[in-house]
Amino acid sequence: MGQFAYLTGEVVIALSALVLLLVGVFSGKNAASIVRIGAIIALLVFAFSGYIFNGQGTAFDGAFISDDFSRYVKTLIGLTAAATLWFTRDYFKNEKLDHFEYSILLLFAVLGMGIMVSSANLLSLYIGIEMQSLALYVMAAFNRDSLRASEAGLKYFVLGALSSGLLLYGMSLIYGFTGEIGYTEIASFLSTEQASGHGISAGLVAGLVFLLSGLAFKISAAPFHMWTPDVYEGAPTPVTAFFAGAPKLAALAMITRLIIEPFGDIVHSWQQVLVVLAVLSMLVGAFGALTQTNIKRLMAYSSIANMGYALVALSAGGQAGVTGMLIFMSIYLVTVIGTFACILQMRTRDGMVENISDLGGLSKSNLPLSLIFTALMFSVAGIPFFVGFFGKWFAFAPAFEAGLGWLVVIALLSSVVGAFYYIRIVKTIWFDDQAQTFVKAPRSLAFLSTASALLLFPILLLPFVSAPLLGVIQSAAASLF
Amino acid sequence: MSIGLSHYLIVAAILFTIGVFGIFVNRKNIIIIMMCIELILLAVNINFVAFATHSGDLAGQVFAMFILTVAAAEAAVGLAILVVYFRNRGDIAVEDANLMKG
Repeated sequence: MGQFAYLTGEVVIALSALVLLLVGVFSGKNAASIVRIGAIIALLVFAFSGYIFNGQGTAFDGAFISDDFSRYVKTLIGLTAAATLWFTRDYFKNEKLDHFEYSILLLFAVLGMGIMVSSANLLSLYIGIEMQSLALYVMAAFNRDSLRASEAGLKYFVLGALSSGLLLYGMSLIYGFTGEIGYTEIASFLSTEQASGHGISAGLVAGLVFLLSGLAFKISAAPFHMWTPDVYEGAPTPVTAFFAGAPKLAALAMITRLIIEPFGDIVHSWQQVLVVLAVLSMLVGAFGALTQTNIKRLMAYSSIANMGYALVALSAGGQAGVTGMLIFMSIYLVTVIGTFACILQMRTRDGMVENISDLGGLSKSNLPLSLIFTALMFSVAGIPFFVGFFGKWFAFAPAFEAGLGWLVVIALLSSVVGAFYYIRIVKTIWFDDQAQTFVKAPRSLAFLSTASALLLFPILLLPFVSAPLLGVIQSAAASLF
Repeated sequence: MSIGLSHYLIVAAILFTIGVFGIFVNRKNIIIIMMCIELILLAVNINFVAFATHSGDLAGQVFAMFILTVAAAEAAVGLAILVVYFRNRGDIAVEDANLMKG
């Protein structure tokens, strides 16, 4: 076994993807359901494997690292991926899309995310990203008879490949000007360089900027966000739910490790880049969403804005910033699952509807769904005493303490603009005339949306959950330093 | 005049720029965009191999091999998506990929 003990979760995912592919081929009519169950079990094992098998250390000459940070992030990735895979059950059956290949592709994407989160040199980072992205391109175009879905897949592919190119060009410059690809080697090269009084070479800074721009594509931070609304709208809704959750967290975790471990000594070279990305994302997310009528497009702009808030926490740097980012993202993922579970319940007798106006008067026809939707929107808008408020609090406080007060002011102002369109949905639900009658939702969707709405309702759960969870998050952030 | 590291880097930078501009300026055909993506990746490979030879370190050469492999996989996935798109649209002009806007 040896070093494989550190990547038990990835081995489980890889093997079960291969085995399930065979199972799917040979199990005939029920293939999709069987493979889906198997994939969800594999994802749950992946989620907790870091804690069960307790492997911490580096493997493969320092290319792969398993620590508290990667364990926590992988737990979140595994759980959100399992939840969004469960979403596909009824949706794909209704849309006659229920092919077992989707679960396999999702497993390969999660395998790539595991490698991204644990990558400790530039090569394994690149391989992880590509492994994830190649599966995601196909998933976006999964509804292959739909023009919208194939156009979404095509746009995602072209811009994703361009971002990989930028990322690689940055890596080649970093390799050229440091002579190393390992994170620890780059860090020690930079610290000796700084101790000997040389400045940082311009080529290295250019490489870092290219690298961060390429990664900004993956988290859809503005100005690299153009693909997000189109892909979110065009892809099938459960696929959009998956895109909004796990890949964002994986890419953000990878950026965190990258700026803290190899480039922790040259904070000023990356801080400006992150600040610019954060400001643009918050503004684009807030103002772009104002005119949207399609709820999936609205969620795309909402996720752009939320990435901006996470970047505010990260640009503070330091342990407090990483803790804030992890808390914010944990809450964001719960919100995403809940919101998409609600969106998937917007089904009339004629099929799915996606317009915000279709929610009109929902409170008269479906009171429980309206309450859940309202709680989720209040939370993501950051109304005090919903959990989303505390997420923003933990994300902005470190930036304020790091002397980025003006950045926090912009963040708060864009939250106010954001609150407008979230609350407009609430107004549509409670005060508009009834537009549609939704058919009864499957129990699993109702359960997931209720559970996440309850998690976001602080009076019920916060006192019991927050203390131990905060301990886990803090030790995760501490393991990077 | 002997050919040094900087010459290779300049060639790579020019190829990279042509690739990036090709993606944004090209208004005709999505196949050309695919070619531009390959151009970008090959420019990066020149960079890696030049740096590796210059510093006598093998990691850059290995990196270039990995990029070649992944580029092949990427082209396969990209062309497959393009075929699906063509079946639905009947055309692969860049201007027609505009169903969703805003």
